[in-house]
Amino acid sequence: MSWLLVAPLMLPFATAIAAYLAKGRAAGRWISIAGSALLLVAATLLLVEVNAQGVVAGQMGGWGAPFGITLVADRLSAVMVLITAIIALAVSVYALADIDTRLEQLGYHAIFNVLIAGVIGAFVTGDLFNLYVWFEVMLIASFGLLVLGGSPEQIDGGVKYVALNLIATVLFLAGVGLLYGATGTLNMADLSRAVEGVDPGLLSVIAMMFLLAFGMKAAVFPLFFWLPAAYHTPAFSVSAVFAGLLTKVGVYALIRCFTLIFDHDIGYTHQILLWVAGLTMITGVLGAAAQSDIRKILSFHIVSQIGYMVMGLALMTPLALVGTVFYLVHHIVVKANLFLIAGAVQRLAGSTELSRIGGLYKSAPLLALLFIIPAFSLAGFPPLSGFWAKFLLVKAAIGVEGWVIAGVALVVGLLTIYSMTKIWAAAFWSPHPEGRDTSLSQLSASDRRGLLLPIAGLAVITMVIGMAPDPFARFAEAAAADLLDPAAYVSAVLGEEQ
Amino acid sequence: MEPFFAIAVGGLAAAAVYLMLSGELLRYIFGLVLLSNAANLAIFVSGRLTPGAPPLIPEGAYAPAGTVANALPQALVLTAIVIGFGLFAFALVLTFRAWTTLGTLEGDDMRVAEPKVTK
Amino acid sequence: MNSLILSVATRYLTGLLLVFSIYLLLRGHNEPGGGFIGGLTGATGFILQAMANGTDRAREALRLPPEVLAMLGLGAALLAGLMSALTGDAFLTGQWLFLGAEDGGKGLPLSSVLVFDIGVYLVVFGAVLTLVFEMEEHI
Repeated sequence: MSWLLVAPLMLPFATAIAAYLAKGRAAGRWISIAGSALLLVAATLLLVEVNAQGVVAGQMGGWGAPFGITLVADRLSAVMVLITAIIALAVSVYALADIDTRLEQLGYHAIFNVLIAGVIGAFVTGDLFNLYVWFEVMLIASFGLLVLGGSPEQIDGGVKYVALNLIATVLFLAGVGLLYGATGTLNMADLSRAVEGVDPGLLSVIAMMFLLAFGMKAAVFPLFFWLPAAYHTPAFSVSAVFAGLLTKVGVYALIRCFTLIFDHDIGYTHQILLWVAGLTMITGVLGAAAQSDIRKILSFHIVSQIGYMVMGLALMTPLALVGTVFYLVHHIVVKANLFLIAGAVQRLAGSTELSRIGGLYKSAPLLALLFIIPAFSLAGFPPLSGFWAKFLLVKAAIGVEGWVIAGVALVVGLLTIYSMTKIWAAAFWSPHPEGRDTSLSQLSASDRRGLLLPIAGLAVITMVIGMAPDPFARFAEAAAADLLDPAAYVSAVLGEEQ
Repeated sequence: MEPFFAIAVGGLAAAAVYLMLSGELLRYIFGLVLLSNAANLAIFVSGRLTPGAPPLIPEGAYAPAGTVANALPQALVLTAIVIGFGLFAFALVLTFRAWTTLGTLEGDDMRVAEPKVTK
Repeated sequence: MNSLILSVATRYLTGLLLVFSIYLLLRGHNEPGGGFIGGLTGATGFILQAMANGTDRAREALRLPPEVLAMLGLGAALLAGLMSALTGDAFLTGQWLFLGAEDGGKGLPLSSVLVFDIGVYLVVFGAVLTLVFEMEEHI
């Protein structure tokens, strides 16, 4: 049973080693693609198992919980692993056309796969200290990818990214220390019981340290400044995988901790989360409105979208958590796809600065169509995935009479449309200011395939979630039920019969 | 013992914040080193201090006799130190690269990735 | 650094440090020591080489690039974890083979734990040397 949990974690490592040893040769990219494809298979098997059997837990080395290394997957973890595998596959195909041999020789494929391993480790670990370790694996790989190539923009963005993320790391570590001091355990399932004996005031203080640490990783207000400073600087493949996955690991950690461990005083902690959510949505979308570069606009939209996910967590009703889970899945696909499209725009029109591009609607109608799908989904147009995600969250907010937050969510959705139409008008409708040939035929056939295949694949996923939301919503419902009633999670980890 | 360590953690954190607020990248990194040591010390103390009783299990027994020091925080701190070592080595190299490519270590002057809007 | 004393001393010290690092690695299972500290000690030998005779000589003496060594170490650790699949135990469970064991004695104990430790040794050794060589060459 535990091998289902180990496989998605160890496959990326094995891929990284193989890709590294093949460094500088074309084999590296194909190894990366093959590894991601295998990862997708492993993640699917895990999801099927979890969906059928409930929570799957495994103790590494046979050392029982709460003392050993625990890996555990409930529905939320399993679906996050699956979506990570999908993004990994899409981006490694995209890298065929996007990553040049210079970056490959610097070890791009190996670092990319270590990053994926870190992300998956964070999703399947059942221990807070191991969560810290996986965060670090992810962080150090992301540092490497961010500055790989070493242009001045990358160094500048990298400094801010590194500086602020290291603070989050230290805060997380200090929080772990205090929580251990208060309870004597770090196994998350065990903690869920052990916190009952702790003074609620002290627990709230520790909860706030975790909120700061994970909030900085998730880029919520007022801790998001590193994100728009860095995400527009590296290669497009790198920004896509960062945009899709990294902040969402922070959101996942918030969801996990604030449903499993810190649910002692929801009136206090989740009220703060609600404020954070609202302000994150507003500042993100206003920041985006002020930008004029596609990647910078999209970076600020990551921030505003994180607000929606935190909002669902803050409301803490079954429907709101369904919305959050749904939003997470939808958002990762859409956001990664938009960054991939920004890369294609750069290749065709020569820039991502809105004032210097145009004419793509005429010259590359396929790309225009592929842009419309994730862009409208991001803004929440029916019948795309984003509509259902926003619908669930707003309905949940109205259900608990949270008129203000529901209003904020709707207004931010409208402002998102403003940003998307801005990109649409400048990049696709208006003619290119220099009259450059922006047709797809200027690319080689293999580059065209590499760029468009992943974009089209992710767009299809967005369409499918939008057209047939029922099975996804039902799955999200089951995942939310797991989160609200952690008894199954706890007993699966601690090895007790239910 | 614990209150003394608590004050030490506080002192380290205060010095770290002072350094980090200076706006100069190298001092900021030094501040982070201090801060992470404060966190490590906090973890260490959170396992309670039991002087003079190493956690050794006598031959043939399955559990240590009497009260012994908590070994887990030491393992956690060691892991954290190793990870911290790697991260700070990277941060230091990055600082050097920032100095050579950007020509400055002042945070306020680093505007390559986020240029001032000129209208 | 151009120092005759250092470069002559390094000839002896590198070998000594390497032998000592292997000793630390092997003793680590039951006594203080292990792959991590062994890897650090071993790396010190080559760092001395790099300081005394330059990184080119140190890289030459190493034969393989340090990054590759670290990756091989990661592979060894992964392999050690996967060995338990053969017996159906959980990932990373220690597997033991007692060569020539007679009643009472344990013979020569070989284990996947040792493979894992060798992996740790190589990762630390390779990673530290990668770092130091990079810094030595570019800073």
